[in-house]
Amino acid sequence: MAGILVFGEIKDGKLKKVSREALSIGRKLAEAAGGDVAAFASDRNVAGEAGRYGAKKLFVANVGPYTTELYAAVLEQAIVQMQPAVVLFGATSNGRDLAPRVAARLKAGVASDADRLEWRGGKLIARRPVYSGKAYATVEVSGTCAIATTRPNAFPAEESQGGAAEVVEIAVPRIEAKAKLAGTKASEAGEMSIAEADIIVAGGRGLKEAANFSLIRDLAHAIGGAVGASRATVDAGWIDHQHQVGQTGRVVSPNLYIAAGISGAIQHLAGMSSSKHIIAINKDSEAPIFRVADLGIVGDLFQIVPALTEEVKKLKAH
Amino acid sequence: MNSVVCIAQVPDTEARIKIAGDGRRIDETGIKFIVSPYDEYALEEAIRVKDAKGGDVTVISFGPDRVQQALRECLARGATKALHVKGETAEADSLGIAEVLAAAIRSVPHDLVFFGKQGVGTDNSLVGPMVAELLGYPQINVVTHFEAGEGKVTAHREIEGAEEIIEAPMPAVVTAQKGLNEPRYASLKGIMAAKKIPIDSKSVSDLGLQDSEIFNQRVITVKLELPPEKQPGRKIDGGDAAAAAREIVKYIREEAKAL
Repeated sequence: MAGILVFGEIKDGKLKKVSREALSIGRKLAEAAGGDVAAFASDRNVAGEAGRYGAKKLFVANVGPYTTELYAAVLEQAIVQMQPAVVLFGATSNGRDLAPRVAARLKAGVASDADRLEWRGGKLIARRPVYSGKAYATVEVSGTCAIATTRPNAFPAEESQGGAAEVVEIAVPRIEAKAKLAGTKASEAGEMSIAEADIIVAGGRGLKEAANFSLIRDLAHAIGGAVGASRATVDAGWIDHQHQVGQTGRVVSPNLYIAAGISGAIQHLAGMSSSKHIIAINKDSEAPIFRVADLGIVGDLFQIVPALTEEVKKLKAH
Repeated sequence: MNSVVCIAQVPDTEARIKIAGDGRRIDETGIKFIVSPYDEYALEEAIRVKDAKGGDVTVISFGPDRVQQALRECLARGATKALHVKGETAEADSLGIAEVLAAAIRSVPHDLVFFGKQGVGTDNSLVGPMVAELLGYPQINVVTHFEAGEGKVTAHREIEGAEEIIEAPMPAVVTAQKGLNEPRYASLKGIMAAKKIPIDSKSVSDLGLQDSEIFNQRVITVKLELPPEKQPGRKIDGGDAAAAAREIVKYIREEAKAL
C-alpha cells in the first residue's frame, strides 16, 4: 500500500475547492507515506486540473450524478486497483455520505472532518473537532487503508508543477442500485452553502424579527458570502436550518465571519471560533461574542450593517 | 411496519467540556447525558410511521449502563420495545459500533432503520451509512422529509444549497436531519406506561461478536484537548455607523484580504 487517493467532486465542470484542498494535503501525506497522489472523478475533463494540484493519475468512470451505491462500487474498484495507504474525501454532503459506506466495505477506519493530517509511523494521524468544536481529538487511523474526510477551508489549495493526470478508465460495475435519485430541488434560490464558504455573514436574535434577515442577506450578497444564523433564530423559524452555525448546525471555519446581533452562546462560539477573521457587531459590550472577535463593534446593527453594505458596494463599484 | 431507531446518549449540548486525567476522554463528572438531538427526529419519524401503519418501534442503544436512561425516555415518548447492548463505546470506533448495531438490528424484525444524522459530541456522522453497508441496505442520509409507502420510501436528502429526492425499497436506512419533524415530549401517561416495558439487555458476545473485534480497532483517540483560548481583538464604539462601517471595511481589506 502506498499513495493517496482523493475522491474528486465536480461542480460546474471543475474540481470543487474542497477536492483541490484534499489533493494539496494529499501531496504532503504522500511525501511521508510514499507513492503518488491519484484522484477519482466522474469526468475526464478535470484531468488537467487534478494534475495541477498534484494527481499523477485520474481514475474515471462514467457514473453520472452522485448516488451512494454506484459510487461506492466504482470507488472500491479504484481502491482495489491502486491499493492506496490513504483515501481522502472532502467533508461535503456527498463525501460524508460515501466515505463511511466505502469504509464499511473495506473494513477501514475513518477520521471525519479532519482539520490537520499527517502520516507518521505507518499511521494516519488526524485532528478533528468534537463536541461541535468545544474540543479537538487527535486520532490514529491504522489498518490496510486509512480514510479521512477533510474539513472545507482547513487545508490550503496549492498548485504543484504537475502536468495533466494520466486518465485510467474504470468500468462501471453492473450493480442494481437500490436507492435511486428521483429529482433535485433547489432549497432556496441561489443561496450559497455555509459549509464551504470563504465568507459568512451571520445574524442572531438581535435582528428582532425574521424580515430583518434581509439586512444580513444584503450584506452577504454585496460581499459575496453565505448567510449564517444562530440557533435561536432557526428555532424561532426566522430562517432555514441549513444556515445554522454551531452545535446541531455546522461547524465552520471561513476566512471571514461577520456576526451581527449574535450574543455568542457557547454552542455558537464552538461552531465558528476557528474562523480566521471574526468581526462582531453587537449593542451589548459584554456579549460573549466579543471574546472571540478580532474586531468588535459595540453599536446598533440596524445602523451599522446597512452602512457596511453601502461601503462594500461602493468599493466593489470601483 | 416495524422500525428500529438507533439511539446514542451524549453529553448535554449545554455542557462545558472538561478533559479527563488520561488526556483522551472527557471528564464525565457532573455531566448530564441526553438522547442525541438528531436521534429525537429519528425517533419521532418512526413513531409517526407506527401511528399511521402499525407495528413496533424498537429503540437500540450500545453503551454503558447509563444508556438505559435514554432508552427509557424513548419508550416514554412512544417507542414500544428497547434493546440495550452493553459496552464501553468510548473504546470502540464507528465501524465497531456499526458492527454491533448491525448485529442487534438483525435480531429484531424491521422494515426501516432510523438514525440521527450524527451523534452530537463525537460528531463523526459515520455509523448510519456503515450499518447500511453492513446490512446491504440502501441509505438516505441527512433527511429533511420522509414518506413511507408500500414497500418503499421516498425521502428528501439535504445537500449543499439543494435537496435530492431519493426513492428506495425497504428495508432502508434513513438518517434524520433537524427540521424533519417536531419531536413530541413524553406524556405523563407515556412515562407511566414506559415503566412497565422491560429493556432487553445483551452483551456483544450474545450477538455473536467478540470484544476483540469491536474495541480498540482501527481508529484510536490518542489525545483530547480544548481549543486554544483566543485573544480578544480590538473593540471599538460604533456610535457613528458610517465611521464604523469604514473601519470594518479597512479591516476586511487589510487583515482578511477579502475585498
